[in-house]
Amino acid sequence: MRRTAGILLALVALTVPFWIANPYFLHVVIMAGIFGILALSLNLLLGYTGQLSLGHAAFFGIGAYTSALLTLRLEWSFWPALPAAVVAAGIAGWAIGRLALKLRGAYFVLVTISFAGVVALVSINWMELTNGPLGLPGVPAPELGSWSLRTKTAYYYLVLAGAALSYEVCRRLIHSRIGRAFVALRENEPLAESVGVDGTRYLVLAAVVSAGMAGLAGSLYAHYTRFVSPEVFLFTYTVTMVIMVVAGGKGTLAGPLVGAVLFTVLPEALRAATSWQWQMLAYGVILVVLVFFLPRGIVPTLFR
Amino acid sequence: MDQLLQHLLNGLVLGGTYALLGIGLTLIFGLMDVVNFAHGEFYSLGAYATFAGLSLADLNFFAALGVAIVCGIALGALTERVLLRPLRGHSIDTVMLVMIGVWISMQNGELLLWGGVAKSIAHPFPTSPLTLGGLSLAPLRLFVLAAAIGLVVGAHLLVHRTRLGRAMRATFQDADTAALMGVRIHRIYTATFAIGSGLAAAAGALLGSVFIAYPSMGDLASLKAFSVVILGGLGNIGGATVGGLVLGIAEELGAGYVSSGYRDAVGFVIIMAVLLVRPSGLFARAERVG
Repeated sequence: MRRTAGILLALVALTVPFWIANPYFLHVVIMAGIFGILALSLNLLLGYTGQLSLGHAAFFGIGAYTSALLTLRLEWSFWPALPAAVVAAGIAGWAIGRLALKLRGAYFVLVTISFAGVVALVSINWMELTNGPLGLPGVPAPELGSWSLRTKTAYYYLVLAGAALSYEVCRRLIHSRIGRAFVALRENEPLAESVGVDGTRYLVLAAVVSAGMAGLAGSLYAHYTRFVSPEVFLFTYTVTMVIMVVAGGKGTLAGPLVGAVLFTVLPEALRAATSWQWQMLAYGVILVVLVFFLPRGIVPTLFR
Repeated sequence: MDQLLQHLLNGLVLGGTYALLGIGLTLIFGLMDVVNFAHGEFYSLGAYATFAGLSLADLNFFAALGVAIVCGIALGALTERVLLRPLRGHSIDTVMLVMIGVWISMQNGELLLWGGVAKSIAHPFPTSPLTLGGLSLAPLRLFVLAAAIGLVVGAHLLVHRTRLGRAMRATFQDADTAALMGVRIHRIYTATFAIGSGLAAAAGALLGSVFIAYPSMGDLASLKAFSVVILGGLGNIGGATVGGLVLGIAEELGAGYVSSGYRDAVGFVIIMAVLLVRPSGLFARAERVG
């Protein structure tokens, strides 16, 4: 049953461009994929280790800028720039994890917010490197041999591969000893440490993998929109990720993906009816309502 | 030298309002264990309420300030009663998510109500600065500093000298025991959140008239409030006062001598540095109350 559903879902995912002809709809699906990677990444920290990062837009932005700068300034091709973006974001995640390792809960949140704030200010003020608020236009589209992945269909498959890879990384991690250690730390840290789980090591590991994944999403985003500006650090992105994870179901593998699809498609569907401000207002209300009435999220409530 | 003194003076004005913000948050965060990310929204509420009082209700400036503080207190009490009381006993992270929701809602509600264009708040003070030696200070800023000092002293007295303040301190030391002694702890929590929010609104009304009011002004205010609380130690009003002044002066010096683009980075750096080096705050003995 699960297997059949999985195969069916994979088939649907692989054939999306064949039955969605409208390029705008395909664009929405691509964004859902990029946000899916981000939600998976945030969920690894928030859902499994129980630490909320409100600086996740920083890792996303670092990935986007790294990839854009390497391809624009050093004329790297997309293919080495992508892993470089993952590594750069991962290193940032390592630094934050190392620094904040003694802090939990609210203090961890504050350090991640502050980190994102500093990175955003650097991206605005370091004109020579980032071109400041004007941003970096003309980020090249990826090329595969003589074939440019400029079309939405081609890019869809690239994002799909990225999302599948992220999902697989999360799945393997969660079902391993490491994943069990994450959950043990979330549930009861002193108890976990007393049976030999090295809290610091595992939290840093979670931060690195999570940040790296966000960097992957950043690189995919940069080469898709082909423009990077300090807006990638917008707090809105972080908020969107949090809502996706909390709504879909934190601490589940499918939850963040469900949340990502829901909260990319829904706003686009409502775009005609409402303005952007109403959407953000609704996000806030939805978050409060979710905590009160659906604290475990959609996926755990539906499939328990 | 004059330049340095001028920076210190400006920093003092800024720091006084940061202290107000910080005291409000240190009561809520340090004593109620609510990670109040909406704190900055009460700050911007104060600024917008002042603006509304002046431009819509045609009040005088001082009455508008009073209205702003009352708005902050009322909305704070409402938030506590409706959203926080049902969640008492839930994990701190659950409450934090709710406050993030409140933050986003309030900010975008403001954006819808007032639009994205910044509003400037008219004030009755003459614009020509008072000068003393090489130093100059706009009369408005002098008033802001005086008002901030008044409110800070008021908050100290409230917590340390009144019956309510004693009940607050008792509740936060040990809620169960306080309840057994007849303290109505639910009311104390509501009062604490209302007072904290009122102080944030006061800070927003004061700084909003020095600068301008815009919908996202609360974001930085929240972070600054958190850095003040972290500097001063959780629940420590005296610490928050000093922390506010330190942050205000550090920002002025940073903007004056390093780069004005990085002015707002000072708060972030303080948060990270203090949490990493001395997580209990610079002025904290052990975690204490009051």
